This record gives sequence, structure tokens and C-alpha cells, in this order.
Amino acid sequence: MALKIVKGSIDRMFDKNLQDLVRGIRNHKEDEAKYISTCIDEIKQELKQDNIAVKANAVCKLTYLQMLGYDVSWAAFNIVEVMSSSKFTYKRIGYLAASQCFHESTDVIMLTTNQIRKDLSSPNQYDTGVALTGLSCFVTPDLARDLANDIMTLMSHTKPYIRKKAVLIMYKVFLKYPESLRPAFPRLKEKLEDPDPGVQSAAVNVICELARRNPKNYLSLAPLFFKLMTSSTNNWVLIKIIKLFGALTPLEPRLGKKLIEPLTNLIHSTSAMSLLYECVNTVIAGEYWESVGNLCVQKLRILIEDSDQNLKYLGLLAMSKILKTHPKSVQSHKDLILQCLDDKDESIRLRALDLLYGMVSKKNLMEIVKKLMLHVDKAEGTTYRDELLTKIIDICSQSNYQYITNFEWYISILVELTRLEGTRHGHLIASQMLDVAIRVKAIRVFAVAQMATLLDNAHLLTGNTQRNGICEVLYAAAWICGEFSEHLENPTQTLEAMLRPKVATLPGHIQAVYVQNAAKLFATVLKGEEGNTDSTAAQEASQLMIDRLPLFVQSANLEVQERASCILQLVKYIQKLQQKDVEVAEEVNALFAGELNPVAPKAQKKVPVPEGLDLDAWINEPPSESESEDEQPKAIFAKEEPKHSRPRHTEVDEKELARRREARKQEQANNPFYIKASPSSQKVYQEAPGVEHIPVVQIDLNVPLKVPGLPMSDQYVKMEEERRQKERAEKKKKEKKKRKEKRSGRGKKHDSAPESEEDITPAHMVDIVTEEMPENALPSDDDERDPTDPHKALDIDLDKPLADSEKLPVRSHRAAEAQKSPTDGETENATLPEPKKKSSKEKREKKKDKERDRKVYDIQGNLQDGSQVVVSVIFENKCSSFLKSMEFNVLDSLNSKLQRPEGSGPHDGLVVPFQLPPGVSNEARFVFTVQSIVMPQKLKGTLTFIVKNEDDSTHEKLDFKLHFTCTSYLITTPCYSDAFAKLLESGDLKSSSVRLEGVNMPFHHLLARICFHHHFSVVERIDSCASMYSRSIQGHHVCLLVKTVSTVSIDAKCDEPTLLGNVLDEIKQTFSQC
Amino acid sequence: MLNIFMLLFSRQGKLRLQKWYVPLSDKERKKISRDLVQTILARKPKMCSFLEWRDLKIVYKRYASLYFCCAVEDQDNELITLEIIHRYVELLDKYFGSVCELDIIFNFEKAYFILDEFLLGGEAQETSKKNVLKAIEQADLLQEEAEAPRSVLEEIGLT
Repeated sequence: MALKIVKGSIDRMFDKNLQDLVRGIRNHKEDEAKYISTCIDEIKQELKQDNIAVKANAVCKLTYLQMLGYDVSWAAFNIVEVMSSSKFTYKRIGYLAASQCFHESTDVIMLTTNQIRKDLSSPNQYDTGVALTGLSCFVTPDLARDLANDIMTLMSHTKPYIRKKAVLIMYKVFLKYPESLRPAFPRLKEKLEDPDPGVQSAAVNVICELARRNPKNYLSLAPLFFKLMTSSTNNWVLIKIIKLFGALTPLEPRLGKKLIEPLTNLIHSTSAMSLLYECVNTVIAGEYWESVGNLCVQKLRILIEDSDQNLKYLGLLAMSKILKTHPKSVQSHKDLILQCLDDKDESIRLRALDLLYGMVSKKNLMEIVKKLMLHVDKAEGTTYRDELLTKIIDICSQSNYQYITNFEWYISILVELTRLEGTRHGHLIASQMLDVAIRVKAIRVFAVAQMATLLDNAHLLTGNTQRNGICEVLYAAAWICGEFSEHLENPTQTLEAMLRPKVATLPGHIQAVYVQNAAKLFATVLKGEEGNTDSTAAQEASQLMIDRLPLFVQSANLEVQERASCILQLVKYIQKLQQKDVEVAEEVNALFAGELNPVAPKAQKKVPVPEGLDLDAWINEPPSESESEDEQPKAIFAKEEPKHSRPRHTEVDEKELARRREARKQEQANNPFYIKASPSSQKVYQEAPGVEHIPVVQIDLNVPLKVPGLPMSDQYVKMEEERRQKERAEKKKKEKKKRKEKRSGRGKKHDSAPESEEDITPAHMVDIVTEEMPENALPSDDDERDPTDPHKALDIDLDKPLADSEKLPVRSHRAAEAQKSPTDGETENATLPEPKKKSSKEKREKKKDKERDRKVYDIQGNLQDGSQVVVSVIFENKCSSFLKSMEFNVLDSLNSKLQRPEGSGPHDGLVVPFQLPPGVSNEARFVFTVQSIVMPQKLKGTLTFIVKNEDDSTHEKLDFKLHFTCTSYLITTPCYSDAFAKLLESGDLKSSSVRLEGVNMPFHHLLARICFHHHFSVVERIDSCASMYSRSIQGHHVCLLVKTVSTVSIDAKCDEPTLLGNVLDEIKQTFSQC
Repeated sequence: MLNIFMLLFSRQGKLRLQKWYVPLSDKERKKISRDLVQTILARKPKMCSFLEWRDLKIVYKRYASLYFCCAVEDQDNELITLEIIHRYVELLDKYFGSVCELDIIFNFEKAYFILDEFLLGGEAQETSKKNVLKAIEQADLLQEEAEAPRSVLEEIGLT
């Protein structure tokens, strides 16, 4: 035995320690993998020894190798061995290794429970410390459950060193074992007032993290945090608290008012940028904007002007958040943001670009885009240039081209963008061209002319194969020229351009469009020539088609080939008719008659499934398995394919090959139809006279290529400016005239007043065709919160008193006791079942009698879902103008969110799917997701729309508030008196009561009023006493006992006291109004 | 301020330290650190310290030849994360006495111990540098005490 120990120790002297290993790896740069594999072999030997020091050394080396990316999971058990060493030196290494290498699926973690528990209760605080640290990295649901109680005890440890670690790790425990939150919370709350600042800060950290995810459960802590905020000087803690308040204020607007003063003080006084930045962020998110908003923007300006890149970046980031809610405040800093486009840091430039997107208005769009175009020209690197390109298009096309006053200008911008070299976004430009040309009817003449020029100069776009991204534009150009060919000035020329042989080098899908649209053009040419006495032009067009189309008939692309051969046959037939002087134009044109209207992207999805149609049902029962085996011919294509794709590899030897070749030559020689390669053919060609005499002209390529006839967008900017000036001048003249007439001497102020948004009239009457939607389109699709979010499980009411059953499981030592105390496997039924109930309607009317538009809305619980509420809004147009492009938007709160279609951002508005002629009303429905229904809520929103008069159209906005009362979450549900009695007996319900003063109406009227306004049903009525019942969409029971003696008193019971309180308040309100 | 992970790597992209505060498999960790290291190394030196990467915010800073990089959640404060990185560098500096990359390579377990005293579960547990260093010193002392009386002979069992 002794000898063995001696041997082990001597071996140990020769073992590599960590330093040796690191040095070794550095010395074996060439064959690192090989060196490490020998090291791992050594480590394996070391791990087999009994000496714990050797093992710890080995484990330490393994931890290093793990970091380098080597798999060490095989040593998990050895790590546990080292962890359980009694010596701190080794224990420390063991826990480090475990925290680096273990994860939830490591099975040996099960074995560590007792060891960790022992370490947690060790008299040595550093043993406890390493155990807590390690646990924070590899805690599993099982460990959390088994150790929650031990850790909770440590939160009251005598040493602050342990307390603070225990508090922090509780957060991880809550995530893994949500049932522990309620029992542990009182103690956690206590720690907010711990004498040690470190522990206090740890508690703030944990509660803030919890509250950020589920703020409503932590509202009751607000006063405590308010006290901490005003007393603490620790920036780390302050940042956390401010973040917490940012999450709480949307739920409790009164908090906002209280916070304004301390927040303003902090913003003014702090020198810490991190704290300032947090304050600003909270102001942006919360309801403080009115009072502190401007201060924040000022501070942000200072950040952006700072030379520190980091502050600049964050300043811009915060600005972009402000932009979503208060665009005006940001717009005044346009100069600064445009400056940032010149920054040397690309990430800052991209941020600035993002901001520009939201800053454009009708007035400055051209100017901003002009600046961006300059940047496009000088941008280095295709990524940034492509980013600029997409941004330009985004900026111009946003909200249905809202800011574009001159579409000719926009088309010229798009055409200019096609000259970008090497861009990947050809398809983007193409889709914009198509969209504009289709939807803006007034622009078609111009667009068609531009596209014809593009087609004519197609060689500039396709010249370089590297630039093939841009040739997508030709797809759009060809289609536009074809579809709207009636606007073409010279269709024959364009037809010729579309049938050039070079077209055959374009990608197949573009060629197909070319061929198809050539046919449309051909039809237009025929139409134009018909009636002319001289029919040569029409015949020439047919001849052109017949000459050029065969090129496409040979195309390798199936689509091109098919279309070309169809059209070729058609043209040949037409030519025959032409020769007989038959008029064909009308019939040919009939082929392409009818206008294509744009269809909304989601239209297909919104078509409601007709009643009685089951899309999942089989139309024909699928054949049974055995049958399909016999029915071979079914799979004709599938069977043939492998034959083609897998050429047979038959073994053919060289001799055989030579023999076959010889035979083939023989056969060819004897075949009179086989054209033989003549060795002299080239020579013959060279000897032909006159070839050398053809003059070759050198083309000077240094002259920049300019596409003839392409417009310069800059011209438009100038023109637009002049136009606006003229308009302004005219207006002024008119005003002056008026003034002269009136002879009123006051006020020059109008002259200097800046041009407002509404003053700018678009250059042409623009009618943007709206996209078509199917009738009875359904409201948007569900968009549920991520069900895998671990924080969802922590949405637990913390104010409810602890029930006896809610205790952390305590591991007992003897099996006999285990039955008495709650055992590990037992879990409380903490989750509330959410029964799905039918909803009834409640009508809350709120009139918004503004002169233009009136809205009435009605909130209604969703039939299927306990967290969905449908708001039907009736829009009534009370003015005499036409209203269109209505967009409905609501500023979401944390609790209630407007459901937006997939893919749209959280601040995008929803398009109202109809337009309103004067005096007409229509209804739209919007779905909201509501998390908590216990509190009433007000959501602010805006409706933007375009008012169209005969000569101009203006963009207008209407602000409104949606009031979600608690009553609107109640659903009239009948209840039988025995069930009602049982419910009252169950003792789960909290009671509350209210007295209605000064109500003197008959009792049945009173009941009817409660039933109608608050969705209750009468369970039983005896004389002047009645019991009533209702149920919330999330299944809360609400019971009322209404009595009239001299005054009306209502005793109420509900399993959710907050909800009950609010419902009673609302009932009181109803009766105070009458 | 909840860190999701922290990485230290050299200019050549060699990982020097990694600490993960969320459970991920080795494969995912490797993929994330490889991608992220490449992304950061590709950035130009004058660029700002923040980037949005997948759904995370990355905050990084280069000190001499080492990059320190933290990932935090979307709502977290970038500047305080930068402060955390700086704090950690200061702690290393104090502990090793003007720290260099080699210190961290050869004493990588010490670097972890310091980090563990400073952050726990991704959350800053101690904002006082003095307290962190004191805790480390005392733990080191405990280690030395345990090691000191153990001469080789003792271990062999001859005394």
C-alpha cells in the first residue's frame, strides 16, 4: 500500500501541470492535434489513479482543453470526484470544471445533489461560495427543486458574501422551478432592505429581472422601489430600478407623474453616461414624454455630437426609438443625422439610414434622397451601397408612397439606380417599377417611355455578366412596355429592341417575359396600323416576329420555348390572314384584353373558408398500401428519372472503345448525310478576298457612357422646387389680394411661415390604386406569445397569501417521514385552468364627434381564446369629402397589444380595408391580445387617412383612445342557483362590497341595467334582493348580491380581488351617470 | 445587465476564456463563438463597440491583443455592459499586476475565479473592486494553507 502511494507521488512529480500543457501546446503549433491526443491519453492515465491531487491536476488540464474545443464529456464522473474532495484547492477546480463542462443533459449531475447540499451548508464560506457559483452555471430543474430550500435558507446567512450569492442564484432557480417563486418571494423582498449594499443590489437585480418579464405582479413593490431610487447613489442599482419603472408605468400611469421629478433630476445631474442613457430609454418607453421629452432629445443630440463612436451609436439608436412615437422631435435634428451618413463607422451610417427612413416628409423627401444618391455614388463596398439602395427604395415606397409628390421623379430615381454596378437588388428595383406603373395610372405614359429607353439600351445593363443582378430590371421594363403598350410612342422600335438576338443571353424567366410581351406589343402595332391604307408596316411587324422568334423556340428554357413556339404559330397564321387583307387587329388584341389589378399580399390567406368545407378531408380516399404497390404506372416520372440521372457505368475496356470508334467513323464515312469536318475550310475562308479591307474603327471607351434620353432626377428636384415656389407665390398673391380687399393692415407673419406638410400639393393627380382584398376578409391571424419562453412560467401572482400547500420541498432523511412532508414528486396545482367560454357582446359606445369622422367601437371577448379581445370599430364619414387610405394604429402597452399580420413591425399600422364616401359608415374589426384582464386599460391610437376633395387631397390624422374596461372582459353566462350556492360555499372567493347612493329607480330597472351594461345574468330574485353572476374570458367567477333597502348595496365575490374591485367601480360609475 | 455569455479571444481568433450563463450544448457554443469571433474580427478598429447579432446585443472591447466580448439581451444597457468588461479588465490588472495575454493563458483558472467572484449567473454580484479582490485573496490563502503543510514526505506517509 505504502509503495503504491510512493509510486503515485513520484509519478506526480513527472506529471505535466497546466503550465506545462499550455507551453507544450504552444511549442507544437504544427501538430497540435497529435500533441493534444497524447496529452489526453496521459490525462486518462492520471484520472485512473487514486491520488486526488493527480486527478485535480488532470481535471484542470481538461478544463483548458475543453475551452480549446475538445470533447471532455467522458470525464464528467471524474469531475464529480474532484468536486467532492474535502480540500478547497481541488473542490474549486472541480466546480470550475463542472461549470464549464456540464449542461442540462449531463447525466452525472444527478449524483451531485447531495454533495452540493453538503457544500452549501459547509462552515467554510468559500466552500459554499464555489458551490453556489458552480450551481449558477449548471442548475437543472431537478437540482433547483431539490436545493431551492437550502438556497433560500442561505439568503439569511450571517455572511453578506453568501447572502448576495444566494439571492442572485435564486433567479436561476425560479426559472428552472417556477413553483419556488411564491414561497421564496417574501424573503427575497426582505433582502431589498438588507443592511449590506451588495445584498441589496443583488435583490434589486433579481426582482428587476423578474418584473421586467411579468410587470403586473410587481406593482405593489413600486413604493419600496421609489424609496430606493431616491436614496440610492449606486449607479448600477439605479439603472436597474429605472428599468423596472420603465416596465411598471404602462400598467400604472399614476407612477409616471411621480417619477418625472426624480428622473429629470437624474438626467440633469448624472455624469454617468450609462445612467443617463437608461433614463432616456425609460422616458422614451414611458408616459413621461410631455414633460421630459425635449430634455431627452437635447441630451441625445449631445451624445450624437460626441466624438466617442459608442455614444454616437447609442444616441442614434435611442433616436430611432423616439422616432416611432414622436417623429416631430427627431425631424428637427435632420442636419445632425445627415452628417452621420459621412461617419467612418459603417454601423453608425446604417443607424443613421434607419433614422432617415422615419424622418422623411413630403417636403424633404427629394432632398434626402438626393443626398443618399450622392452617397450611393461615392460609397465603397457593395454591401453598404446595396444597403443604401434598399433604404432609398424603402424610404420612397413607405406607407403606400405617402411622401412622393412627383412620380416622374421617382421613376427617374429608379432608372438611375439601375446604373449601379454589381448590385444584388435588381429584383427590388424591378418590383418597384412594376408596382408604381401598375398602381399609379397617371404615371404610365412616362413610365412606359422610360422603360422603352431602358429596353433600347439593354446592352448597358447586360454588358457585363458580373452585373447580372441588375438585368432583373429588364423583366419589369419588358412587362411594363408590353402591358401598357398603348402608351408607347413607337411600339415598332421597342418591339425590335425586345427581339434582338442578345436577349437570348438573359436568364430564362426574363426571356419568357420578353417573348410574351413582344406578342402584346405586336398586337398594339397591328392595332395602330389598322385602317391605314398602306399595310406594309403591319406586315413588316409580322415578318420581324417570324424572323426573330425561332431563336427563342430553340431556347433551352422550357417556358421560353413553349411561349415562343405558340406565338410563332400564331403570327404565322396572322401573316396568312394579312396577306388576304383580313382585319385581324381586334381579334389579336382580344388575346390580351382586360386590366390586371394589384392584389394585396395577404389576400389569399384572408379568404374565409366557406361553411361546410373541410380542407383536410380527402376528396378521394387514398388507395390502401397494398394497392399502390401493384399500380406501377402511377409513377411514370419518378421511375424514369433515375435512369437519366444515373448513367450506366458498364465496364468497357480500351480496346472495345477503340473498336467502336473505328466502326463509327466507318459508318459516318459511308453516310451521305453526315457533314464531314473539312480540314481546309478555315483556309478557304481566309483566302476570301476583301476581309482585310473592312475598316476597323477604334472606339474610345474613356468617354463615359451616357444612356441617351434617360432622365436626371436632379432636374426634377429643381423643377419641383420651382413648381412649389410658384405655387407659394400664387398663394401669396391670392392672399395679398384678399388682404387688399379687406384692407387689413396686420400680419406679415404669413409670408415667413414655413411651408407646412399639407400645403404641398402633388405634381399630378395621383391615384394610387389600392390592393384588392377578398370579400369578408378575416381579421388578422393569431400571433401568440412564444410558448417556450421560460419567463412565462414565472407569471405568478405574488400578492396572494401563501397557501399551506405551497412550501419548498424539503428532503427528508428517512423514508417514514417522507409521506408526511411534501415529497419531491408532488407539485402544487399552481396553474389556473383557462376554460374556454362563449362570449356575449357588450356594447360600449364612445363617440368621437370630430367634424370629419366619427367612430364607435365595441369591445368583445374572443370566443376561443382567453387572451383575445375583438374590437369592432364603426367608421362614419361625416364630412363631405371622400376618405381613403385609412390606417389604424394603436400604441401597444405591455399588457395589451394590437395583433398585426405576420412580418409587420410592432409599430406598423393596420390598413382599414375600405374607403369611405361622404356620409357612409362601415365596420372594421381588430384583434387585441390582452395578458391581464384584472385592470382597466386605455390605449392611445391614431387613425391616419387621406381626405380627397375635387382638386386636392390632404393627409389627416385623428387621435383616439380605446378604453378597455374590466366589464368588457366579462361574458354573460347563465348560472343555476345550486351551482351558484356551491361556488359561494367553496371559499375560494374574496368578497368586497359597494353602496350606490342616490339611485331611485325600480329594482328591475336596476337589475336590467347591470345585466345590460355589465354582462351579468340574474341567478335568483327574491323581492328586493337578487343574486347575479358573470364570468370573465379567463374564467374568473364574479358573483353579486344586490339589495335595496333604503339605498342600494352590492355585496360581491370573485376569485380575483383586483378584477372585482374594478368591476364594482365601473358599476358605480354607470349609476352615478344616471 | 444579464449577461448571456462572455468570451475572451486573441487577435488571431483563439479563444482564451469563455463563460456561458445559459445552458447550451457544446456544439451550439462552438458555433456561436466561432461565428461571433469572426464577425468581430472583421470589424474595423475604429468602429463602435456594439453590434446587433442574431437576437442579441454584442458589446465588445479590445484591450491590447485581447478582445473582451459580452452578449446581453435586447433591452439591456450597452454602456453598463461595457463598464462590466472594463471592471473585469481592471480586476485582472490588479490581480496579476499589469495583466497580459500570457497571464490569462497560463493562469486561466485564476481568471475564471476572478470572473466568478465578479459575476454570478451573468449578473454583477459585487460592484466594489476591493471586495472582489479581497474575496479572491482569501480564497487563495485558504488554498495555500491547505497546500503548505503538505510536503512530499508527508504525502508519502513517512511522517
